[in-house]
Amino acid sequence: MRRGIAATALVATLALAATACGGDDKGAAGETKAGGELSGTVTWWDTSNDAEKASFQKIAEAFTAKHPKVTVKYVNVPYGDAQNKVKNAFSSGSEAPDVIRADVGWVADFASLGYLDEVPAETAKKVDAEFLPQAAASGKFEGKTYAVPQVIDTLGLFYNKKMLADAGVQPPKTLEELKTAAAAIKAKSGKAGLYLRGDDSYWFLPLIYGEGGDLVDAKNKTVTVDNPAGVKAFKTARDLVTSGAAITNATDGWTNMQTAFKSGEAAMMINGPWAVADTYAGDQFKDKANLGVAAVPAGSVKAGAPQGGHDLAVYAGSKNRAAAHAFVEYMTSQDVQVQSTKELSLLPTRTAAYEQPDVKSSEMVQFFKPAVDKAVERAWIPENGSLFEPLKVEYTKAITGASSPEDAAKSAGVEFRKILKGWK
Amino acid sequence: MAAHTSQSVAKAAGGDGEDPVAARGRSRRTDTATARNDGGVRRALATHWYAWAMIAPVVLVLGVIIGWPLARGIYLSLTDANERNVGRTIGANHIEATYKFVGLDNYADVLADPVFLQRLVWTVVWTVLCVSITFTLGLALANMLNREFRGRAAYRMALILPWAVPGFVSVFAWRFLFNRDSGILNKILEGGGISAVPWLDDPTWAKFSVVAVNVWLGVPFMMVALLGGLQSIPGELYEAAEMDGATAWQRFRHITLPGLRSVSMTVILLSTIWTFNMFPVIFLLTRGGPGDSTEILVTQAFREAFVASPRDFAGSATWGVLILALLMIFALVYRRSLRKQGEVW
Repeated sequence: MRRGIAATALVATLALAATACGGDDKGAAGETKAGGELSGTVTWWDTSNDAEKASFQKIAEAFTAKHPKVTVKYVNVPYGDAQNKVKNAFSSGSEAPDVIRADVGWVADFASLGYLDEVPAETAKKVDAEFLPQAAASGKFEGKTYAVPQVIDTLGLFYNKKMLADAGVQPPKTLEELKTAAAAIKAKSGKAGLYLRGDDSYWFLPLIYGEGGDLVDAKNKTVTVDNPAGVKAFKTARDLVTSGAAITNATDGWTNMQTAFKSGEAAMMINGPWAVADTYAGDQFKDKANLGVAAVPAGSVKAGAPQGGHDLAVYAGSKNRAAAHAFVEYMTSQDVQVQSTKELSLLPTRTAAYEQPDVKSSEMVQFFKPAVDKAVERAWIPENGSLFEPLKVEYTKAITGASSPEDAAKSAGVEFRKILKGWK
Repeated sequence: MAAHTSQSVAKAAGGDGEDPVAARGRSRRTDTATARNDGGVRRALATHWYAWAMIAPVVLVLGVIIGWPLARGIYLSLTDANERNVGRTIGANHIEATYKFVGLDNYADVLADPVFLQRLVWTVVWTVLCVSITFTLGLALANMLNREFRGRAAYRMALILPWAVPGFVSVFAWRFLFNRDSGILNKILEGGGISAVPWLDDPTWAKFSVVAVNVWLGVPFMMVALLGGLQSIPGELYEAAEMDGATAWQRFRHITLPGLRSVSMTVILLSTIWTFNMFPVIFLLTRGGPGDSTEILVTQAFREAFVASPRDFAGSATWGVLILALLMIFALVYRRSLRKQGEVW
């Protein structure tokens, strides 16, 4: 009898599973395209920051106006936790989002693990034809397109125009000039010259590019963070802090940086377009004209900032892929991009969007677009995102003086070679 | 912490450390009896079928939530499994598992890596500091509260407060307090003319800060447990000692401490195990930083599992098993030393 129950239960489970699978297939082909109309729910995990999220939620939910039968479920996931949360959700499949906003550094990683659904051929063609080529490149893995670029960015030097003018200095073009300017600002107002984030290794990139180095050389499969340029970059970071030109933190860097800059405790910071909306909310920038942006100061070799940005990608296990892809197309459409530029000063990824008056007239775009064009494109390898964590450990140690620049560079190299197996 | 502590307090506070021990001893005796007497298995089943039925759900649940993950973890630590080669199904894509058995290679790698020793040393220092400070403070507070005075209930409530707040909430609160540029602690110090202390920005201060927060979180448990122990010491002993002219210190040394032995041994063991594996305090307060200066073994295991890409399941399982082994060795040595001193368990 007992065995009988077990057998019945097993059969019932199998039958359920079978029907569920059948239902899925039909759902993907039938339900979403019933009568050519999209329906169902699209869950979007957005990683935009607190100052940006309201605008993105509004834009995302407006998708329903175009497709009345589709419900958009907007979820804001803090950027710092997002990579892990997305991986957990994608690998287990439970409560997984249909669409994610992925940092450009994550796309190759997710795609290589089989988590992302390829972008439909027509859209992929459009991405190649209508988007900035360096942005389009970030959505590709092994020649296939897995994500559509939403925004593009790079780092720049944000400065408080009034504070610089009071101290009688120009926005510095090199780190040497920055040190002089910082000394003048300190002498004039007692405030710090620059806030340099010490708890996030993304801020190390302009320093290493400035010395003519890079983290890795993907073409020759070589780790380059520990070569002389890398060591010099770690030295520069420490030097900025010990010389008093920059203040930094080993924790809570984002909040402390924004607070210091917005309240006038620091006259300059290195940051990207994503910080503009939040910065305008600060006391010092009630008059938006007080915020100036210049190129990241050059190191001893050149000025260089990383190309960043965010792409939208569809989960391969999504139950509603047709609607999800339509949602991605909508979110990356020219109208939406122009709106984001207007509201949040974010940079469009579509070439034609830059011809729009709203985009053309944005001061931030006027600065950031040429900067983006010159920005250093990172190697789009799956391990891209995971290099930052070990680098962060060493960068923080070096900038706070807990270890010497030489040791930091060496340890970073050791850790990188553990991640990039077989690289020189 | 709070989640774990709730059940043990009842045990420790009641001062009945012997009770579960006795139960365990009895069950073990039954086990050996059945093993020795093969024919008796059926009889034992027939006689005690209801007992087996009663414990079946517990055994099942423990098997599912502890046994299976443990067995799986040990197995994974002997393979080269990572996020890229485990079997998975994503929508229509089925990806076959391709990881293989590699024996003890992972253990050799971890043990040969100097990182393991660095983490182990700090984990031991952290555990010893936290447990000893928590115990001393807990004992002092328990002694102060173990007498009649006005507002005793209010004091007790206030001291238990850190325990009543969910751990992650208090840790985040502390993180705000510790913030170097805008935290309240530094604002207060500034008022006193002291320049900002890099609570979480300097390796040594960060170590101090994490220990301080963990002590703050751990004291209530110690205090409540020891207070229970104190109340089980008969008052006559103190009266008799006073009659004999014993000083306060002598009474404490020769009555209170021996009287608290069974309770304190239990709470020290528990506290050691929890502190050794105290993930939330370290992770939420410093994320192991600045750099890696406050990284303990469990946060390192987390780093192996969740930060690198592809996620290294085998590597983190190896760290996990090593942590388990260390704690088991500690518990065995601890038990043996207690038994030598004549404790029942």
